[in-house]
Amino acid sequence: MTESKSFNRAATIILTFLVIVTLLPIVLLVIASFTKEQVLIQNGYSFFPKALSLDAYYYMVKQGTVIVRAYGVSFLVTILGTSLSVLITTTLAYPMARKSFRYRNILSFFVFFTMLFHGGIVPSYIMWSRFFHIKNTLWALIVPHYLVTGFNVILVKNFYQNNVPDALIEAAQIDGASELKTFYKIMFPLSRPVVATISLFTGLCYWNDWTNGLYYVDNEKLFSIQLLLMKIMNNIQALRANIVLMGTGTVELPGSSVRMAMAFVGILPILIVYPFVQKYLVEGVVIGAVKG
Amino acid sequence: MHGVQRSDNGGKTNMAKSKTTDKKKKGSFGKSLPLLLIALPGIVYLLINNYIPIMGLFLAFKDFNFMKGVFKSDWCGLDNFRFLFLTKDAWIMTRNTLLYNIVFIILGTVAAIFLAVLLCELGNRLRVKLFQAALLLPNLLSWVVIGFVAYAFLNADTGFINNTIMRNLGRDEIAWYTFPKAWPFILVIVNLWKNAGYQSIVYMAGISGIDKSLYEAAALDGATKLQQIFQVTLPLLKPTVITLSIMAIGRIFYSDFGLFYQVPQNSGALFNVTQTIDTYVYRGLMELNNVGMSAAAGVYQSIIGFFLVLGANALVRKLDSDNALF
Repeated sequence: MTESKSFNRAATIILTFLVIVTLLPIVLLVIASFTKEQVLIQNGYSFFPKALSLDAYYYMVKQGTVIVRAYGVSFLVTILGTSLSVLITTTLAYPMARKSFRYRNILSFFVFFTMLFHGGIVPSYIMWSRFFHIKNTLWALIVPHYLVTGFNVILVKNFYQNNVPDALIEAAQIDGASELKTFYKIMFPLSRPVVATISLFTGLCYWNDWTNGLYYVDNEKLFSIQLLLMKIMNNIQALRANIVLMGTGTVELPGSSVRMAMAFVGILPILIVYPFVQKYLVEGVVIGAVKG
Repeated sequence: MHGVQRSDNGGKTNMAKSKTTDKKKKGSFGKSLPLLLIALPGIVYLLINNYIPIMGLFLAFKDFNFMKGVFKSDWCGLDNFRFLFLTKDAWIMTRNTLLYNIVFIILGTVAAIFLAVLLCELGNRLRVKLFQAALLLPNLLSWVVIGFVAYAFLNADTGFINNTIMRNLGRDEIAWYTFPKAWPFILVIVNLWKNAGYQSIVYMAGISGIDKSLYEAAALDGATKLQQIFQVTLPLLKPTVITLSIMAIGRIFYSDFGLFYQVPQNSGALFNVTQTIDTYVYRGLMELNNVGMSAAAGVYQSIIGFFLVLGANALVRKLDSDNALF
């Protein structure tokens, strides 16, 4: 008993240490956003800055439009993308789960094959940009790559097969319900757990995505928060190179503390939602890992 | 053990039965049409997003010219591949992709199991939840934000490492973004930081699925906690480790674009140690306008990646058929 207790204590101590190590980088980012700009430039990023200030946040409020706009784009893309994704994913999975569906095996293979073989980004980029003219539209942030994934479709299909008895569907159809009605009156309401899981992962994917923006968007009005952060960092790198080349050092840039404040604002929605969804996140990872 | 086997057999005969009834029940075209229409948006999307690009692989055999377009560009046979494999880049990106992935698989698995074992020893549910929340948090951040965090540590003038750690050690400052030697370590650390907590979830599920009576029996036999971990937990996790590792090997030709693009801030001085197939394809396409070579690298990745996935799955099916993808 005492041995088990001391082991428990050792586990707690080691994990406490690891948790602190894991959180410190994020803490540094947050502290930097509250650090006085001059102090940051003089003494560098520090966990114990000599002077704190809210200047970075005042600056953001004053310069608000760009950030608010990017925030708006991120929210819009996340909500619209996730809703569309759930709709198309569940409607694709439903026939795959129906035993009476004649093309079930072909359709399953059609979906499954997308998980095995990728055409890669080059043909994909050329198709979306040259044939669908998706560049610099809101759709560019939503449609390519993430809208429907074979993995999610198979996750939903398995859920239907394991949790919705055929008898239920047959009964509904004997009562004269059409296929569409069976889907949205019976199947969709029953799939709440799996819809919660895929919404969570798809939403997180859209909120955090910057690759679609990297490929398809250079209009500042369509910058999501991730894209805005990325461009700011790129500009700093580019300007730094120029400053070194030209030997001049007087360029107006958002200060270091402002940049870190923006990054913090970018992760804030995740931090707010996290405690409420942690359980589903963990469950989702397990379901996904065991089998798609 | 016997019980498991018996129910397994039962499952199989059931499946065989339902397959024969399947055939009888399969509807006609007319009956299947409404279902086909319901699935249509998804089918169209996958056709466009996934299947057209597969057909577009032929671009790798063309001398792509933006003015002439996809279909009118001249064919050039295997020239793109020949030029690609004549450069040093092909070797560098293949080496980096493979080596980083191998290190990630090994260290990632060890770290994930270590965390999972410790978390499962805590017992106290609330504490498990809190610790897990913290360990999982980096995984929820985008690579852009992680790039910012890395910048706070690494940038030459104001970074935490130069200003605090190096100074306290009495060392000279280092311009990290132009110092290739450090980057294999930096990338491994960042990758572990982001993913270890996430990967530990699966192993935790594995550990909580282990029959508690095994531990009680081991304890009665006088096994210490540590012995229980090494004699009971780890051996029983072995199938999970093997399955997940083989699956990861199946994806060994793919790298996490964000890790290799955002964290090194696209610094040219580091390409030798940060270039992977994915970053090469991106740079060829978007920065160097070398569509042909970029497409060739993409085909190289797609085809070898495809066979690796097939091979990995065949292996998993042999060892642990329940967890095979197909």
